[in-house]
Amino acid sequence: MQHDPSATHKGQQHPISLYLKVWGLLFLLSAMSYLVDYMHVQGIVRWVLIVTFMLLKAGLILSIFMHLAWERLSLIYAILVPPLVLLVLVRIMTIEANYAFWTRAIFMGGGG
Amino acid sequence: MAQAVPDREVIAPTLREIASDWSADQEVFRHTHWGKAMMWIFLLSDTFIFSCFLTGYMTMRASAVLPWPNTAEVFALNIGGQELPLVLIAIMTFALISSSGTMAMAVNFGYQRDRRKTTALMLITALFGLVFLGMQAFEWSKLIFEEGVRPWYNPMGAPQFGATFFMITGFHGLHVTCGVILLLIIASKVARGHYDKAGDYSAVEIAGLYWHFVDLVWVFIFAFFYLW
Repeated sequence: MQHDPSATHKGQQHPISLYLKVWGLLFLLSAMSYLVDYMHVQGIVRWVLIVTFMLLKAGLILSIFMHLAWERLSLIYAILVPPLVLLVLVRIMTIEANYAFWTRAIFMGGGG
Repeated sequence: MAQAVPDREVIAPTLREIASDWSADQEVFRHTHWGKAMMWIFLLSDTFIFSCFLTGYMTMRASAVLPWPNTAEVFALNIGGQELPLVLIAIMTFALISSSGTMAMAVNFGYQRDRRKTTALMLITALFGLVFLGMQAFEWSKLIFEEGVRPWYNPMGAPQFGATFFMITGFHGLHVTCGVILLLIIASKVARGHYDKAGDYSAVEIAGLYWHFVDLVWVFIFAFFYLW
């Protein structure tokens, strides 16, 4: 995979058909996530489906269109590992949002 | 006598590669075009900006006491007498994905030194970007003039909807605008044969990285803001 320095030296060369396939897949995944809304899928199923389609699309764009699949592992990790700390931020802000919500609901009569 | 196993057989070669890349007294991103490495680092910082917006959106939505508007109805369009939920956003999504497809092919033809096809595909990409921006302008004006949504006020319920909507889609639209300008600049350089002199078409790939990133961000906005 990343043992071929010539791949990046001469530039990324991949068959056009690969891009067309990914393009088709992205269309399909977008259409499916749109259908989730159109068919009024609700609750936990909706969230799981939306996030799954979202991650699949993001993975396809990152790995194929942005050529991450053919880069050196050092670059891949330098790009993909730092955003993981955002999960900590999300966790902290979930707690904060709950606190703000209940403070508003209890002490401000729910009127915001 | 038990011989110690040479660790090059134990440790996966890719992990050894990482170790030598980061520990050796030289560049970490060997064999990577400097401009590409810098663009990736810029995109990483941009990832954090957009993540902060989306996390802020999550916080505001979770702490809102007034009802959150139903995005499927807010962004519905009446086509042929039929109310289609979220259809405008779906078309915008398809426009952006298509532009990513043409951009990926432009990069390919760039490295093949096919100036005509590269320029044409980049111009098509920019055109899709303009289509996206046009629809976003329509979406904004509909929300501002017909629904009366403001960054501080929203007649359909939670005012946080207006704040996050204009902030997130506005910042993304700004990125698309910059991307279109960047694409036009690089495309005109390709057309004039600028990169043939140096023999290096990496600029097309670097502009492509930025463009794909804009599409990538939209994937997350589409999922979290419009579908959630």
